[in-house]
Amino acid sequence: MQNCYFSKTNCHKAKTMSLKTPEKYLITKRIDEFFVGIYSAFAFVTRFFKEVFKPPYEFKEIIRQCYQVGYKSLFLITLTGFITGLVFTKQSRPSLSEFGAQSWLPSLVAIAIVRALAPLVTALICAGKVGSNMGAELGSMKVTEQIDAMEVSAVHPFKFLVVSRVLATTIMIPMLMCFTGFVAMMGAYLNVHQNEMTSLTLFFQNAFAKISFLDIFSSLVKSIVYGFTIGMVGCYKGYHAKNGTEGVGRAANSAVVLSMFLIFVEEILIVQVTNHIRYM
Amino acid sequence: MNEFEAYNGEVIRIRDLYKSFGDLHVLRGVNLDVYNKENVVVLGRSGTGKSVLIKLISGLLTPDSGSVKVFGQEVHNLNKEQLRKLRLQIGFSFQNSALYDSMTVKENLAFPLVRNAKHLSRKQIQMEIESVLDDVGLLQTINQMPAELSGGQRKRVGIARTLILHPKIMLYDEPTSGLDPITSIEINKLINHVKHKFNTTSIIITHDLTCAKATGDRVAMLYDGKFIKQGTFDEVFASDDERIKHFYEYNFIQ
Repeated sequence: MQNCYFSKTNCHKAKTMSLKTPEKYLITKRIDEFFVGIYSAFAFVTRFFKEVFKPPYEFKEIIRQCYQVGYKSLFLITLTGFITGLVFTKQSRPSLSEFGAQSWLPSLVAIAIVRALAPLVTALICAGKVGSNMGAELGSMKVTEQIDAMEVSAVHPFKFLVVSRVLATTIMIPMLMCFTGFVAMMGAYLNVHQNEMTSLTLFFQNAFAKISFLDIFSSLVKSIVYGFTIGMVGCYKGYHAKNGTEGVGRAANSAVVLSMFLIFVEEILIVQVTNHIRYM
Repeated sequence: MNEFEAYNGEVIRIRDLYKSFGDLHVLRGVNLDVYNKENVVVLGRSGTGKSVLIKLISGLLTPDSGSVKVFGQEVHNLNKEQLRKLRLQIGFSFQNSALYDSMTVKENLAFPLVRNAKHLSRKQIQMEIESVLDDVGLLQTINQMPAELSGGQRKRVGIARTLILHPKIMLYDEPTSGLDPITSIEINKLINHVKHKFNTTSIIITHDLTCAKATGDRVAMLYDGKFIKQGTFDEVFASDDERIKHFYEYNFIQ
């Protein structure tokens, strides 16, 4: 009797009385969930654009998030950018030396950094650092009912948590990209100076000789798109986390994986469009 | 006097409420009336839909069918602005307190106030926070982070955060769960203190009979997604219903 909450007859009744009915699916459970997921992501993005222009604006939170995204990623970005520029120059040197074309090194490195490396390296670093942080933070707020608590106290959680974070990544990642580009160029200069004793002015003159406005503009567009993607995916995954702490880990992990995947897809698309414009 | 203070009927009126999650039917035809300045305790086992019920009242969840009226307004037909106004009248104390981890106690309390009472000056906000923290006996924790508080203190700060907007209705989700008996008694006293000082109407979700007896003017027993008995504590537990008898016995075995 003590093991069962009910009397013998009621215990049997409780076990046999079903509170569940089998659910029907349009195709299969997984395929249905896939399409529901796409719809839900689309609705999330649409909601962002609806909310972003509507007052009240959470300026203080946007600035705080910009600080979190920008300043706190600075060390990692500096280190990675510098090493990328240095190593890329070092690795390219032997191939160019075979043709006696070391003097092309600054422009080759500049093209690689401005067109591809700076936006991509910044985005991938931020997807790992910022995206996972957003997924985990919002995920834990979701599973501990902090988001519900905001909602019931008549505060707009979407605006406070999502809009501010997505705006912060969209603003800060282009800035970080410019910084990465600069630091990577300095890494490249170190190697060039070590070998050819080139001055900084001459290095940058050679480097920017082959860089066009389209290169810089497309990189800026890329990093804005990547910033938006990282913020959106991180917030979406965190905002829809479920199943306790396990769900928080899953949200952080899938925020990184999905944003990296989307960044590569966007990279291919933007490069195609840019090349089309370049050779028009 | 605002439209909510002027309201003269049942504060909460629930009719034929159904709610399912996927293939799991949680609420199956719930009916409940809660009157002004009344504490109603909803008792039941874990997983019977007690928390779902108060989430439906506060508009956090949408019912499959049925009606939830608060101050005569159908909660699920309200537009965003109407729902926001209504939520200012409802305080929701969460089971795990749901304090914002990244903010101090003071910031937790200021968060809803700054956004909903824009006419208040910084000094008035500070005074309001201190007054509410004093009510729950935790003025000394004003600059602490939630992680530095004990379970009972977190519950009390959670209640303080809801009280700061001076709600007319309080919804308590398992206010004494996970607390030792002495802290539970303190929370029960606090619930009664809130009722008398702030003139609130409350729904208290619990499976703790001590809490139900100490705080409830009326008890409603939820079983299999329906209320099987409502009345005063003594009336409900004087019942011959096997399900109620065993719930009572089980509490003492525990």
